[in-house]
Amino acid sequence: MRQRLLPHPVLTLVLALIWLLLVNSFAPGHLLLGLLLGWAIPLFTRHFWPEKVRIARPLVLFKFIVIVLFDIIVANLIVAALILGRPKKLRPVFVELPLDLRNELAISMLANTITLTPGTVSVQLAEDHSHLLVHALHETDSEALVKKIKQRYEAPLKEVFEP
Amino acid sequence: MIEYIISALILIGALFTFIGSLGLVRLKDFYTRLHGPTKATTLGVGSLLFASALYFSRGGELSMHEILVTLFLFITAPVSAHLLAKAALHLQLRSLAEPPEAESKRD
Repeated sequence: MRQRLLPHPVLTLVLALIWLLLVNSFAPGHLLLGLLLGWAIPLFTRHFWPEKVRIARPLVLFKFIVIVLFDIIVANLIVAALILGRPKKLRPVFVELPLDLRNELAISMLANTITLTPGTVSVQLAEDHSHLLVHALHETDSEALVKKIKQRYEAPLKEVFEP
Repeated sequence: MIEYIISALILIGALFTFIGSLGLVRLKDFYTRLHGPTKATTLGVGSLLFASALYFSRGGELSMHEILVTLFLFITAPVSAHLLAKAALHLQLRSLAEPPEAESKRD
Protein backbone atom coordinates (compact mmCIF):
# COMPACT_ATOMS: atom_id res chain seq x y z
CA MET A 1 0.00 0.00 0.00
CA ARG A 2 2.72 2.44 1.05
CA GLN A 3 4.67 1.36 -2.00
CA ARG A 4 1.79 2.35 -4.28
CA LEU A 5 0.91 5.64 -2.66
CA LEU A 6 4.48 6.88 -2.27
CA PRO A 7 6.63 5.04 -4.80
CA HIS A 8 9.74 7.22 -4.53
CA PRO A 9 10.09 9.14 -1.25
CA VAL A 10 13.53 10.53 -2.15
CA LEU A 11 12.27 11.84 -5.49
CA THR A 12 9.31 13.43 -3.72
CA LEU A 13 11.61 15.41 -1.42
CA VAL A 14 13.90 16.45 -4.27
CA LEU A 15 10.98 17.64 -6.41
CA ALA A 16 9.48 19.60 -3.51
CA LEU A 17 12.85 21.28 -2.91
CA ILE A 18 13.25 22.11 -6.62
CA TRP A 19 9.76 23.64 -6.63
CA LEU A 20 10.63 25.85 -3.65
CA LEU A 21 13.82 26.99 -5.38
CA LEU A 22 11.94 27.64 -8.64
CA VAL A 23 9.36 29.92 -7.03
CA ASN A 24 12.11 31.39 -4.83
CA SER A 25 9.93 31.38 -1.73
CA PHE A 26 9.52 29.24 1.37
CA ALA A 27 5.94 30.28 2.16
CA PRO A 28 3.84 27.45 3.67
CA GLY A 29 1.51 27.51 0.66
CA HIS A 30 4.36 26.82 -1.71
CA LEU A 31 5.75 24.15 0.59
CA LEU A 32 2.39 22.38 0.44
CA LEU A 33 2.13 22.78 -3.33
CA GLY A 34 5.71 21.51 -3.72
CA LEU A 35 5.00 18.43 -1.64
CA LEU A 36 1.81 17.82 -3.63
CA LEU A 37 3.75 18.02 -6.91
CA GLY A 38 6.48 15.85 -5.43
CA TRP A 39 3.86 13.27 -4.55
CA ALA A 40 1.89 13.40 -7.82
CA ILE A 41 4.73 13.47 -10.38
CA PRO A 42 6.43 10.21 -9.25
CA LEU A 43 3.01 8.59 -9.13
CA PHE A 44 2.24 9.45 -12.75
CA THR A 45 5.75 8.67 -14.01
CA ARG A 46 6.32 5.48 -12.01
CA HIS A 47 6.83 3.32 -15.10
CA PHE A 48 9.76 5.52 -15.97
CA TRP A 49 11.59 4.61 -12.74
CA PRO A 50 12.17 0.87 -12.76
CA GLU A 51 14.40 0.89 -9.70
CA LYS A 52 13.71 2.37 -6.34
CA VAL A 53 16.32 4.90 -5.26
CA ARG A 54 17.70 4.10 -1.85
CA ILE A 55 20.16 6.36 -0.12
CA ALA A 56 21.74 4.25 2.57
CA ARG A 57 24.21 6.70 4.06
CA PRO A 58 23.13 10.34 3.54
CA LEU A 59 26.21 11.61 5.39
CA VAL A 60 28.59 9.79 3.08
CA LEU A 61 26.67 11.24 0.11
CA PHE A 62 26.98 14.73 1.56
CA LYS A 63 30.73 14.28 2.10
CA PHE A 64 31.03 12.96 -1.46
CA ILE A 65 29.29 16.06 -2.85
CA VAL A 66 31.61 18.38 -0.91
CA ILE A 67 34.68 16.51 -2.18
CA VAL A 68 33.36 16.66 -5.76
CA LEU A 69 32.65 20.40 -5.55
CA PHE A 70 36.18 20.97 -4.27
CA ASP A 71 37.59 18.78 -7.05
CA ILE A 72 35.60 20.70 -9.66
CA ILE A 73 37.33 23.93 -8.64
CA VAL A 74 40.74 22.22 -8.73
CA ALA A 75 39.81 20.64 -12.10
CA ASN A 76 39.04 24.04 -13.55
CA LEU A 77 42.39 25.47 -12.47
CA ILE A 78 44.27 22.44 -13.80
CA VAL A 79 42.49 22.42 -17.17
CA ALA A 80 42.87 26.19 -17.51
CA ALA A 81 46.62 25.82 -16.87
CA LEU A 82 46.85 22.95 -19.40
CA ILE A 83 45.04 25.01 -22.05
CA LEU A 84 47.24 28.05 -21.47
CA GLY A 85 50.37 25.88 -21.35
CA ARG A 86 51.82 24.14 -24.36
CA PRO A 87 49.11 22.00 -26.02
CA LYS A 88 51.79 19.99 -27.85
CA LYS A 89 53.07 18.65 -24.56
CA LEU A 90 49.74 17.07 -23.64
CA ARG A 91 49.51 13.31 -23.52
CA PRO A 92 45.83 12.44 -23.92
CA VAL A 93 44.97 8.81 -23.32
CA PHE A 94 41.98 6.44 -23.21
CA VAL A 95 41.69 4.49 -19.97
CA GLU A 96 39.41 1.57 -19.21
CA LEU A 97 37.94 1.80 -15.75
CA PRO A 98 36.61 -1.53 -14.45
CA LEU A 99 33.35 -0.93 -12.58
CA ASP A 100 32.27 -2.42 -9.28
CA LEU A 101 29.00 -0.51 -9.24
CA ARG A 102 25.85 -2.21 -10.53
CA ASN A 103 23.16 0.34 -9.68
CA GLU A 104 22.35 2.38 -12.81
CA LEU A 105 21.87 5.68 -11.00
CA ALA A 106 25.19 5.18 -9.20
CA ILE A 107 26.96 4.46 -12.51
CA SER A 108 25.53 7.57 -14.15
CA MET A 109 26.54 9.66 -11.14
CA LEU A 110 30.05 8.26 -11.35
CA ALA A 111 30.21 9.05 -15.09
CA ASN A 112 29.00 12.60 -14.44
CA THR A 113 31.53 13.05 -11.66
CA ILE A 114 34.37 11.80 -13.87
CA THR A 115 33.46 14.33 -16.55
CA LEU A 116 33.30 17.20 -14.04
CA THR A 117 36.63 16.43 -12.33
CA PRO A 118 40.32 16.87 -13.24
CA GLY A 119 41.13 16.31 -16.90
CA THR A 120 38.84 13.35 -17.53
CA VAL A 121 35.70 12.80 -19.65
CA SER A 122 33.69 9.59 -19.53
CA VAL A 123 33.28 8.36 -23.09
CA GLN A 124 31.49 5.05 -23.20
CA LEU A 125 29.93 2.50 -20.90
CA ALA A 126 30.40 -1.12 -21.94
CA GLU A 127 27.16 -2.88 -22.83
CA ASP A 128 27.47 -5.30 -19.94
CA HIS A 129 28.31 -2.42 -17.56
CA SER A 130 31.63 -4.08 -16.72
CA HIS A 131 33.78 -1.06 -17.46
CA LEU A 132 33.69 2.60 -18.37
CA LEU A 133 35.89 4.14 -21.04
CA VAL A 134 37.48 7.38 -19.86
CA HIS A 135 39.42 9.95 -21.86
CA ALA A 136 42.10 11.80 -19.93
CA LEU A 137 43.47 15.12 -21.17
CA HIS A 138 46.93 14.61 -19.75
CA GLU A 139 47.91 11.47 -17.94
CA THR A 140 51.17 9.55 -17.86
CA ASP A 141 50.13 6.93 -15.31
CA SER A 142 46.84 5.26 -16.29
CA GLU A 143 46.87 2.83 -13.39
CA ALA A 144 47.18 5.60 -10.82
CA LEU A 145 44.24 7.40 -12.45
CA VAL A 146 42.04 4.30 -12.27
CA LYS A 147 43.04 3.74 -8.66
CA LYS A 148 42.29 7.35 -7.76
CA ILE A 149 38.84 7.35 -9.39
CA LYS A 150 37.94 4.06 -7.73
CA GLN A 151 39.02 5.22 -4.28
CA ARG A 152 37.83 8.79 -4.38
CA TYR A 153 34.51 8.52 -6.24
CA GLU A 154 33.41 4.93 -6.76
CA ALA A 155 33.89 3.72 -3.18
CA PRO A 156 31.60 6.34 -1.55
CA LEU A 157 28.95 5.90 -4.26
CA LYS A 158 29.01 2.17 -3.66
CA GLU A 159 28.52 2.75 0.04
CA VAL A 160 25.57 5.07 -0.58
CA PHE A 161 23.66 3.21 -3.28
CA GLU A 162 24.72 -0.41 -2.77
CA PRO A 163 25.13 -1.04 0.94
CA MET B 1 32.18 46.64 -0.65
CA ILE B 2 29.77 44.07 -2.00
CA GLU B 3 30.03 45.71 -5.41
CA TYR B 4 33.76 44.96 -5.48
CA ILE B 5 33.14 41.29 -4.64
CA ILE B 6 30.48 41.02 -7.36
CA SER B 7 32.72 42.72 -9.93
CA ALA B 8 35.63 40.46 -9.03
CA LEU B 9 33.41 37.36 -9.38
CA ILE B 10 32.14 38.51 -12.77
CA LEU B 11 35.70 39.13 -13.98
CA ILE B 12 36.87 35.71 -12.74
CA GLY B 13 33.84 34.11 -14.39
CA ALA B 14 34.51 35.84 -17.69
CA LEU B 15 38.18 34.87 -17.53
CA PHE B 16 37.47 31.17 -17.03
CA THR B 17 34.76 31.11 -19.69
CA PHE B 18 37.25 32.72 -22.04
CA ILE B 19 39.97 30.18 -21.23
CA GLY B 20 37.47 27.37 -21.79
CA SER B 21 36.62 28.72 -25.24
CA LEU B 22 40.29 29.32 -25.97
CA GLY B 23 40.76 25.60 -25.45
CA LEU B 24 38.61 24.97 -28.53
CA VAL B 25 41.20 26.80 -30.62
CA ARG B 26 44.40 25.69 -28.95
CA LEU B 27 43.81 21.99 -28.41
CA LYS B 28 44.51 19.65 -31.26
CA ASP B 29 41.88 16.93 -31.49
CA PHE B 30 38.18 16.46 -30.82
CA TYR B 31 38.54 14.58 -27.55
CA THR B 32 40.89 17.06 -25.91
CA ARG B 33 38.71 19.95 -27.09
CA LEU B 34 35.83 18.41 -25.18
CA HIS B 35 37.66 19.07 -21.90
CA GLY B 36 37.54 22.85 -22.27
CA PRO B 37 33.77 23.41 -22.41
CA THR B 38 32.98 20.73 -19.81
CA LYS B 39 35.35 21.98 -17.14
CA ALA B 40 36.96 25.37 -17.48
CA THR B 41 33.49 26.78 -18.08
CA THR B 42 31.86 25.24 -14.99
CA LEU B 43 33.91 27.47 -12.71
CA GLY B 44 33.31 30.40 -15.07
CA VAL B 45 29.55 30.00 -15.07
CA GLY B 46 29.74 29.16 -11.36
CA SER B 47 31.30 32.49 -10.42
CA LEU B 48 28.93 34.40 -12.71
CA LEU B 49 25.97 32.72 -11.02
CA PHE B 50 27.41 33.38 -7.58
CA ALA B 51 27.76 37.05 -8.51
CA SER B 52 24.17 37.05 -9.74
CA ALA B 53 22.94 35.44 -6.50
CA LEU B 54 24.80 38.06 -4.45
CA TYR B 55 23.50 40.94 -6.58
CA PHE B 56 19.86 39.90 -6.39
CA SER B 57 20.06 38.99 -2.70
CA ARG B 58 21.02 42.53 -1.65
CA GLY B 59 17.44 43.65 -1.06
CA GLY B 60 17.21 41.25 1.87
CA GLU B 61 15.45 38.58 -0.17
CA LEU B 62 17.54 35.53 -0.93
CA SER B 63 17.83 34.70 -4.61
CA MET B 64 17.86 30.93 -5.08
CA HIS B 65 17.38 30.46 -8.81
CA GLU B 66 21.13 30.32 -9.28
CA ILE B 67 21.38 27.15 -7.22
CA LEU B 68 18.98 25.49 -9.64
CA VAL B 69 20.90 26.72 -12.67
CA THR B 70 24.09 25.27 -11.16
CA LEU B 71 22.35 21.97 -10.43
CA PHE B 72 20.95 21.62 -13.96
CA LEU B 73 24.27 22.64 -15.47
CA PHE B 74 26.11 19.99 -13.46
CA ILE B 75 23.60 17.37 -14.56
CA THR B 76 23.41 18.28 -18.25
CA ALA B 77 26.97 19.34 -19.17
CA PRO B 78 28.54 15.91 -18.55
CA VAL B 79 25.69 14.15 -20.36
CA SER B 80 26.15 16.18 -23.55
CA ALA B 81 29.92 15.75 -23.34
CA HIS B 82 29.43 12.01 -22.94
CA LEU B 83 27.15 11.83 -25.99
CA LEU B 84 29.55 13.88 -28.12
CA ALA B 85 32.48 11.68 -27.10
CA LYS B 86 30.48 8.53 -27.80
CA ALA B 87 29.53 9.80 -31.25
CA ALA B 88 33.14 10.72 -31.95
CA LEU B 89 34.26 7.25 -30.95
CA HIS B 90 31.63 5.72 -33.21
CA LEU B 91 32.72 7.84 -36.17
CA GLN B 92 36.36 7.01 -35.38
CA LEU B 93 37.52 10.61 -35.48
CA ARG B 94 41.24 11.34 -35.52
CA SER B 95 42.55 11.12 -32.01
CA LEU B 96 45.84 12.00 -30.35
CA ALA B 97 45.31 9.20 -27.85
CA GLU B 98 45.41 5.60 -28.98
CA PRO B 99 41.72 4.76 -29.53
CA PRO B 100 40.64 1.44 -28.03
CA GLU B 101 40.02 -0.98 -30.91
CA ALA B 102 37.39 -3.27 -29.44
CA GLU B 103 35.26 -0.37 -28.25
CA SER B 104 35.01 1.45 -31.55
CA LYS B 105 34.03 -1.68 -33.44
CA ARG B 106 31.25 -2.52 -31.04
CA ASP B 107 27.77 -0.98 -31.60
